[in-house]
This record gives sequence, structure tokens and C-alpha cells, in this order.
Amino acid sequence: MNSQTTSLANLPIRTNARIIEIQGGHGIQQKLEVMGIRVGKRITLISKQPFRGPLTIKVCNTLMTIGRGMAQRIIVEVVS
Amino acid sequence: MGNPNVGKSVVFSRLTGANVIASNYPGTTVDYAKGKMRIADEVVEIIDAPGTYSLEPTNKAEEVASDMLNEADIIINVVDATNLERNLYLTLQLLERHIPMVIALNLSDEACHLGITVDSQKLQTILDIPVTNTCALTGEGIKALVDSLANAQVNEDVKQTSREGRWIEIGSIIEKVEQIQHRHHTFRDRFEDMTIRPSTGIPLAVGIIVLAFWFVRMIGELLISYLFDPLFEILYKPLIEQLSSALGPGFIHILLIGEYGSEILFDQSLGMLTTGLYVPLAMVLPYIIAFYFILSILEDTGYMPRLATLVDNLFHKLGMHGHGIIPLFLGLGCNVPGALSTRTLETRKQRFISATLLAIAVPCMAQTAMVFGVLGPYGVFYLGLVFLVLSILYIFMGLLLNKFVKGSSPEIFMEVPPYRRPSFQAILKKTWMRIRWFIREAIPFLFLGVLIINILYYIGILQLIGVVLSPFMEVLFGLPGEASTSLVIGFLRKDLAVGMLIPLGMTPLQLVIAVTMLTIYFPCVATFSVLLRELGIKDMIRSTLIMISVAVTVGFLLRLVFFGLPV
Repeated sequence: MNSQTTSLANLPIRTNARIIEIQGGHGIQQKLEVMGIRVGKRITLISKQPFRGPLTIKVCNTLMTIGRGMAQRIIVEVVS
Repeated sequence: MGNPNVGKSVVFSRLTGANVIASNYPGTTVDYAKGKMRIADEVVEIIDAPGTYSLEPTNKAEEVASDMLNEADIIINVVDATNLERNLYLTLQLLERHIPMVIALNLSDEACHLGITVDSQKLQTILDIPVTNTCALTGEGIKALVDSLANAQVNEDVKQTSREGRWIEIGSIIEKVEQIQHRHHTFRDRFEDMTIRPSTGIPLAVGIIVLAFWFVRMIGELLISYLFDPLFEILYKPLIEQLSSALGPGFIHILLIGEYGSEILFDQSLGMLTTGLYVPLAMVLPYIIAFYFILSILEDTGYMPRLATLVDNLFHKLGMHGHGIIPLFLGLGCNVPGALSTRTLETRKQRFISATLLAIAVPCMAQTAMVFGVLGPYGVFYLGLVFLVLSILYIFMGLLLNKFVKGSSPEIFMEVPPYRRPSFQAILKKTWMRIRWFIREAIPFLFLGVLIINILYYIGILQLIGVVLSPFMEVLFGLPGEASTSLVIGFLRKDLAVGMLIPLGMTPLQLVIAVTMLTIYFPCVATFSVLLRELGIKDMIRSTLIMISVAVTVGFLLRLVFFGLPV
């Protein structure tokens, strides 16, 4: 992992990024995919709830709330 | 058919005019709606399928949606123009089924605000099925949609393909039909961000909840003093007075009206036609109406998923996730819809915890009204004490149950729809649907409760139980022996049970103990029957045992705190 790639859970708030990998089984991949979260998509982190709470992200114009555990499996690269 | 939150239910209710709910949180349309509609001279049946992102189901609702396709003659695919890419995935899957289909391109006005333009003509050419622009909220395009049904067709060129294949196809379609213009942040965007970021979102949430309850109280009080009370006092009372003198003293009089000869007081006479009707209709119903009206507004504007996000962390520790706030909120109105909504949670563990906590620590409007009635005169301190104990209990029991109940509690994963202006019609329909629940499911039980209580009282069984239990009352809970009768009645009618505590002349602290225990130890019979259906017998017995032991423990602990050890 270079300095530009990180898991979604570690992304600073209000940062734009691009999804480069989704770790996990077929089920998780598909569940995320049909909601628009798939490799190559641009993603913005809107907010993080404190104490390891869920994250809210924006993917193709839609806000989504997603648990910390799942966010850790989404690997992104920061884009300016 | 369509993704969640694309306005399917609104399109549906435009097409049929039937009673359906349009809502923002996932799961509301699992019990799908069915309606009839006229095309030319034919009456056809139309089904509002649960929202789904794909035909490879990931939950119960999506499974239902997928199954329904097998019986469909024509599909109306509702597509969200603001999020074409994601929506087209389902569209392609539907086309692969080779069932005649039309598309309603909904929310095109909202897409326009976002700087997105979708060329529906081009989309129609590419997909080779009718595409109609609609704005279901205002009803625009609905007639054209109905007309397009006659041209519904199958696109034979679409073949079964892989996931990758579909995304590539979608990419090329999007390129041809969609144009996005850059656009500046609007006030709505900023507000959306503010309500979901913890630093600003939590204070705003507290403000919104306080405001919501203030409105509920105000609307409820207005309804009571200008509508329900006058109805009962001016129109209904003379009728009852006539009935009273026609009946004369005796068992029937006690059953229907109350003690003969004394003045008729609607809240204290304890007859089926007096208190039995007055309490549910004139004291509780107005608050239920107000409560569900406000809640429906909060839901349809899109606020609830944001609240669920903010409280997710806390609810996760209690063994649920953010959605757990929905049964809690609904239950504050009437526990019956609250209990029903527990089914929107995914796992057995989540449902069990949510239902048990609901029954233990969430007072419904009827109970709340009674608690205010009994303790109100002694001041805010004692009222606060009751609700403080209940809140602590909700959290403490949640932590405990999360530890000991087997099963998993998956993380939250949900769409947060943008704020939308709610449709007034949809809100009224939804409020009405929930009030109907209360009238149909709860009121008959309330009525029956008074009947049974009166008969038991007349025969003397209640007094007997009271005598047997009274020593325990004094030793364990520091309450007068007579309070036991009220606790027994609480199995049937909580509201009346609280009312019966008034004449016992207890101190405010004793009342706090009695009222708190009454709230905890058993849900009302109506809620009980719903929970039995939702949880099954085994889990319901477990849940009930938990409730009763918690009530006894809390009663005893409060007694220790307030009055010290029993002598």
C-alpha cells in the first residue's frame, strides 16, 4: 500500500477517492455493487460517527450509511 | 418494480388511489400493496413490489419482489432519474426476463435540480420499450404512463448476461442518454451534511425531537379540548344519563356505566360505555393521531435514516443497529405498531431485543397520559424520575440482552435518501393507516379489558387476589396492599390500573414505584398478541419472564433507594 491507498474507514472526512478494491466474498461484493459501490467509482466521505460508529458516504449522488467493518474492506485511493 | 426510495409507492397510489404507505426507511413495503386500476374498459390488478436493487435477493423483501415477477403480465419499472446508473442494473435484469415492460422515469424534476438531464427519447430507442417522464409527487406524466402500458413490449435482443456484462452495457447507455452539469452546493446540500455530521447532527436531532414532541402535545391537547371532550360532554353524556335512569341499579348498570347513583365521571366511573370508551377514544386517540402525523412527516421528508445513522452506534451496543430507533419511536405512540415494525430488523436476535425492550421500557401514549395524570400534580421531578428509570432500563437491559441473547447483529448498511418535500396526501394516508391499527387492534382489547375487570370485580375475585398478594406489596415494594389489585388489573388495562392508584392515597415516591412497575411488567394484551405472532411462543415466554423479573427487581431496587431496607 502506498501513501495514496487506504481503507475507506481511514479516509479523512470530505475527501474524494476512487474505489480500487473491495475485499470480501462474492456476497458482500454483490451487495455493495448493486448499491453502486464498485471498483472504479468515485466516492466522497461525508461523515464519521464517533466511537467507531458508521460512516456516511456519497456515491453517484446517493448518500449511504455503512458500518465501520464493511468500510474497512473497501480500499480506496485519494484523488484530488 | 424498482429500487427503494424511487417513489414507487407514490406512483402506485397515483395509479390506484388505494391505501398504501410511501416511506423512506427500508422495509415498509415488505407487506406489499395490491390495488385495482382501470385501463380503457378493463380492470386490472396492480402490485407494488418491495424495493429491490437487483433480482439476486439479499433479503426477504427482495426475495418477495423477485418471486412476484413470475406472476406479472406487465412490469412497470420505476427508475430514479437522479441515479440512473444504479437503477439501470435492475432494469437490465428485468429486461432479461422477457416480460412486457414500460419504464417510468421518475424524479426527473429533482434530477434537473442536481444538474442531471436524461434524454428519455434516446433511452426509449436504446432499450426499445416505452419510457415516460413522471413526477409522481405532482402527478405529472402519470396519464402518459398509463397510456404507454398499451405499448408495453419485450426486447428480444436482451440476452442473459453476467454482472460485468451488465455494467459495461449500462456504461454505454449512460454515455448516450445522460448529461451532468457542474453545479454549486445548495442550501439543501449543506443542511443534509449538517444533519448527518455528529457535531452538528446530534444537537439538531435533539432539537428536532423536542420540537416534534412539543407539536404532538399541542395538537393532542387542541384535539381533546376542542373536539373530543365537547363531543363526550355535550353529545354523549345526556345519552348515558338517560340510559342510567332507564337501567336502574344492578349488575348491568355497573357493567355498562358504573356505580349507580353517583355522578358520571368519564375517567373514573369504570363502566364499559363510560370509562371503557372515554379513555381510549378521548384521552389516548387524540395523542395517537398527533403523534403519527408528526412521525409520518419526519419519515417522508427523509429524516429518519439520518437519525438512524446518528444513533447507530448506541443501538449497536444494545444488540440492534440504527433501525432499532423505529420500533422505539412507533412504540411511543402505541406499542402495537411498534411491535409490528420490529420485523424490519434483520436477525432474530435484533427482533427479540427490540421487542423485549419495547415491552419493558417504552410507555405508549396511553401509559404516558396516565403517568402524567397521576404524577403530574406532584411536579416535574417525579415525572422525570419515572422516565429516567425507564431510559436507564432501556439501555441497561439492551446491553445485558446483547451479551446473553445468541445470534448475530449485522452492521448498518442503508441508503440515505435526499430530503424531499413530503406529499401531504401520502402523509395523511399513512397516519390514517396507523390510527386504523390502533382502532382495530387495540381498542377491542381495551373494551374487553373493562368488561373482564368489571365481571371479576363483581364476583369478588379481584379483591381475593388483592388480599393474597398484599403482604408481598408491602414488604417488597413498600406499597399499600390494595395496590396489588391495580397491578393485577394492569395485565388487562394498564391505563385503568394507573387510574386506580389515585384513590389509595400513596406518597409521590410510592406512586413512582407503582407506575414504573406497571409500565415494565407486561405489555397490554393487544401488544402481547402481536408480539406472540412476531416472536413465536418460545421467545414470547422468554420475553415475558424477562419482563416480570425486571419489574420485580426494579420495584424492589426503587424501594431500597427511596425507603431503605424493609423492616
